[in-house]
Amino acid sequence: MIKYIFFKILQSIFTLFLVITIVFVLMRSMPVEGYLGEDYDKLDQVQKEVIIESLGLRDPIHVQLKKFYNRIIAGDLGVSITYRPGVPVADILKSKIPYSLGIGLTSLAISFVSGINLGIIMAENSGKILNKLGNIYIVATNAIPAAIYYILLQFYLTDIFKLPMLFYADRPISWILPILSLSLGTTASYALWMKRYMADELNKDYVKLAISKGMKMKDVIKKHVFINAFVPMVQYLPASILFTISGSIYVESLYSIPGMGGLLVEAIQRQDTTLVEAIVLIYSFIGIMGMLFGDIFMALLDPRIKFGKSEGRI
Amino acid sequence: MMKNINYSYWISTFKAFKKNKVALFFLYIIIGLIAFITIQPFLPDQKSPNAIYVDEATGLQLINKPPSKEFWLGTNSIGQDMWARIWAGTRISLLIGFTVALWENLIGLFVGLIWGYVRKLEGIISVIYNVLNNVPKTIMLILLAYTMKPGLLTIIFIMCISGWLDSARLVRNLVVTIRDREYNIASRILGTPIYRIVSKNILPYLVSTLVLKTTLSIPAAIGYEVFLTYIGLGLPVSTPSLGNLISEGRGYIVVPSLRYQLMIPALILSTITVSFYTIGNAFADASDPKNHF
Repeated sequence: MIKYIFFKILQSIFTLFLVITIVFVLMRSMPVEGYLGEDYDKLDQVQKEVIIESLGLRDPIHVQLKKFYNRIIAGDLGVSITYRPGVPVADILKSKIPYSLGIGLTSLAISFVSGINLGIIMAENSGKILNKLGNIYIVATNAIPAAIYYILLQFYLTDIFKLPMLFYADRPISWILPILSLSLGTTASYALWMKRYMADELNKDYVKLAISKGMKMKDVIKKHVFINAFVPMVQYLPASILFTISGSIYVESLYSIPGMGGLLVEAIQRQDTTLVEAIVLIYSFIGIMGMLFGDIFMALLDPRIKFGKSEGRI
Repeated sequence: MMKNINYSYWISTFKAFKKNKVALFFLYIIIGLIAFITIQPFLPDQKSPNAIYVDEATGLQLINKPPSKEFWLGTNSIGQDMWARIWAGTRISLLIGFTVALWENLIGLFVGLIWGYVRKLEGIISVIYNVLNNVPKTIMLILLAYTMKPGLLTIIFIMCISGWLDSARLVRNLVVTIRDREYNIASRILGTPIYRIVSKNILPYLVSTLVLKTTLSIPAAIGYEVFLTYIGLGLPVSTPSLGNLISEGRGYIVVPSLRYQLMIPALILSTITVSFYTIGNAFADASDPKNHF
């Protein structure tokens, strides 16, 4: 296991290196005029050339790459070019991450607990009315595009419950709707998978054995089925927790939350290379680490799962 | 046991599918919708989705007119016929959905099979997957927008470039779990060629999951187009789609008389998604041989 984790970490570092290099080269292949931002029309040819020169954009690509690696290894994320010219990228991120993290983590906690409970209830009542109601909820939230039901929720719920239309950091009542919007979809997908895994487990022979031994169905579910069905649910949890910092572009723009949602898209559109690279670096690090932690969690929870050397190979 | 003699996998699958009345209902809805949007431009009294209509007496554009005999669903903010735009938009969105879904699942199946079955290539494909998965699509999209004309083909192209990643991973995970089952080991020992193991032992096992994935990819692609329009990278307004109809309609939610300009495209989009979702799930259940008897 330790050897496996070590190998995986090496592979992750290599992947991370490839990703940031590709993103760097892609960003540099955009037209050079984009780096001048909003001042483009006001500058004459000489001034433009001076700015482009000072950003180091006229250097050959391998020189630029070398500078970039040195900066990243030194732990410096650089200074924003066009998004907020001159402001260190780390400061921009520091001001935005707490909002997305706060709302994201709250909604994730709510959806994880309620989704798993809903899934268990649906599996226990398979074929009954509770199961059907749960199914309707899951199909509806999966099928109606989030972009639409977020607007409808905001429009009708603010009206009915007299909740504020926008987000204010100091008024907790205005957090309810963004958190609720985010939770609906995630709850449904946790419930869907929990029900699916529970149903698979309930068909297994050990359940029949336990029942014929005289155990009550409720106890079998609590003591055996639940734990076995819970293992695969854990795999995506670390990634979901880490990715709450990326925020939701729809919810954050609907409620004017100054978070991370949409920052990457905007930074790309405004060609703020340093900001884009910092965000991509963070997100891909999170994505790769999330997968790794997911695997480790699973192996810890279920001793039957082994990574590394594959068995039964010929 | 008598009925086992004439057992045919596909006939039994369709029989099992037909028993699910809800899914059948949604299948008819999709067929009806496709038939309607195909013949709609040839029906009498249809207007062009891009023509801007002007009041002949005053010379002004007919802006945001309520539904009438002339304009069946009224006009939008620059005087275009909503009825024509909504159906033209549905046509474009479904076209995007079908093309992208077919492409990404074909490529995904192919790559996933190699990824899962050929051990020597596993490491390198994993790295390629992680890299492609972590380079933001928006960067590629904006770069392509510089080099290609923004339009339908560009959108489809960009969705296809990275869309196959999910299917490939799904197929790969399934293949990994069955490649070392006893019957595959037996086949290998007997010297069965790889293509035969893949096509006879492994592919049938993937059918239900792939069908489900493909039917879910169609609404996902349509939804992604809505998202792209939302961040300002979608189709130009001259190509109506459910994406730009919804983003145009968003502003009207506060105006009760114009709210329908958001609600109708949203309703069509939701119908398409619910239908494919139900059909896909029912078909996946039906394609499991355990449900055939």
